[in-house]
Amino acid sequence: MLSVALRHAFADFSLDLGFEAPAGLTVLFGPSGSGKTSVVNGVAGLLRPDAGRIVLGDRVLFDHDGGLNLPTHRRHIGYVFQDARLFPHMTVAANLTYGGSHDRANIIDLLGLADLLHRRPATLSGGEKQRVALGRALMSDPELLLMDEPLAGLDTPRKAEIMPYIEALRDRTGLPILYVSHDVGEVARLATTLVLIDRGRVTRAGPVDAVLADPASVPLMGPRDAGAVIRGTVAAHDRDGLGVVAFDGGRLILPGPLGPVGAAVRVRVAAQDVILSLTAPTGISALNVLPVTVTGMQGGAAGVAVGLRVGNTALLARVTRRSADALGLVAGQQMFAILKANAIAPQDVGT
Amino acid sequence: MPLGPAEWEAVRLSLWVALWATACSLPLGLICAYALARGRFRGRGVLNILVHLPLIMPPVVTGYLLLLTFGRRGPVGGFLEQAFGLVFAFNWTGAALAAAVMGFPLMVRAMRLGIDAVDQRLEQAAATLGASRWRIFVTVTLPLALPGVLAGAILGFAKGLGEFGATITFVSNIPGQTRTIPLAIDAALDVPGGAPLALSLALVSLGLAALALIASEWLARRLSDRGAL
Repeated sequence: MLSVALRHAFADFSLDLGFEAPAGLTVLFGPSGSGKTSVVNGVAGLLRPDAGRIVLGDRVLFDHDGGLNLPTHRRHIGYVFQDARLFPHMTVAANLTYGGSHDRANIIDLLGLADLLHRRPATLSGGEKQRVALGRALMSDPELLLMDEPLAGLDTPRKAEIMPYIEALRDRTGLPILYVSHDVGEVARLATTLVLIDRGRVTRAGPVDAVLADPASVPLMGPRDAGAVIRGTVAAHDRDGLGVVAFDGGRLILPGPLGPVGAAVRVRVAAQDVILSLTAPTGISALNVLPVTVTGMQGGAAGVAVGLRVGNTALLARVTRRSADALGLVAGQQMFAILKANAIAPQDVGT
Repeated sequence: MPLGPAEWEAVRLSLWVALWATACSLPLGLICAYALARGRFRGRGVLNILVHLPLIMPPVVTGYLLLLTFGRRGPVGGFLEQAFGLVFAFNWTGAALAAAVMGFPLMVRAMRLGIDAVDQRLEQAAATLGASRWRIFVTVTLPLALPGVLAGAILGFAKGLGEFGATITFVSNIPGQTRTIPLAIDAALDVPGGAPLALSLALVSLGLAALALIASEWLARRLSDRGAL
């Protein structure tokens, strides 16, 4: 468990926030310039906050009132920077073991680094560099891993190449991860805990499912990025290439390929892709029709975010003010949520 | 005109003096360069001025100050003679000291540029991997700044070969002890008919300077091939 409380004044804005990152992967999400990287640098000891307290497990890393500021090299924290920061004068092998050789063979295997060991960083692609940087941080046997937009400089195929490694890290090791991102796809796939940050303040924090499915999060996430995450297991692969995911509340049909039957998956359903209907629709092309209960609404001038529940799963829809008025939406109302299978892109599906 | 034994002695002495001057001032130069490039401490401005003084002051003044401080009756010179038997006055060691002091600003400037060019974000990355400041300096900063450090050493060496004003003021012009190439040229020009000898020595001086430059270029290329640049 990482607990952060800090205050810091910069020339053009100030940071004043606190949050807790339990085991798993905690994403700090917010627009560029909201102070996410400064928070991570504070945890790493690269930035000395004006005030505050940072505690990792039972170790105090920084305590302004107690006059304690552990230097970076004694914090036992791994840091994967956006720009890899590999040492250009060393081979990949030397880079990897710079901070230690903890679990070396396994990490080389997990990250697929065996073929890169004798190369120089200058000859690596962006995705390879980030894999090496990740391996280097892990071999130093950190008690916390910081990742500052590690995928931001990569194109979609390269991102898809690295995402599974981060998912495996989250699921197979007990290492807590603090991950900075402004990409909602990364949040939906990777986060267990979500902390929303805007202009140096925490606007919302909690388990990722709850925060994403909360209508009040929509203006913070941005209307196009808002959407809930459904957790389920792969139930079947149909012959026409579609897959079926069973979750608490029903089944979801979406385009393959999915993992093997029985595998756990998480599917991001964008709020703007969900259609609401008062009656069960017939004769439409959309494959997913779920009976839902309205749990709450958050109205804005442009649109209304509608919280929905099916079984024990929360969903989120975004409709226009005019539609909300025409449907007479109120909490507790029974409705149907309609979702095209093809609205779910492969990058919306994670483990 | 071919060089006689006395002239070869001057060439040998020049190389010897410059080598010692460079070797002894290298660690201190490196510390000063690092402090000026990376340090955030009070007195940094004063250090900067001190380091650059020999570049600004007339060499004769530097030599005279050395004489006052490191001469046999000077406070430091007297102590060093008593404690370690180290004598600078009218000795080749004094010529080396003068060469070191005069070359110091050039050496530190080049080294500082080299250290400034090292990306501090790499040093941060090393710190997150558990490296202490000292380990970061040895394994990241120094290797990446090596071209600048070597350039500084070569500049200091070249300056040591050619130092004249401070040396002649501090330790005089004694054959076999303090008569380096420039002082030998000066002595030759004082003798009627000594001009051809002075010219020969000047050519040797030119050759040594060219060699030093070629060596530094070669080193820089070797380093960039290794990917250190």
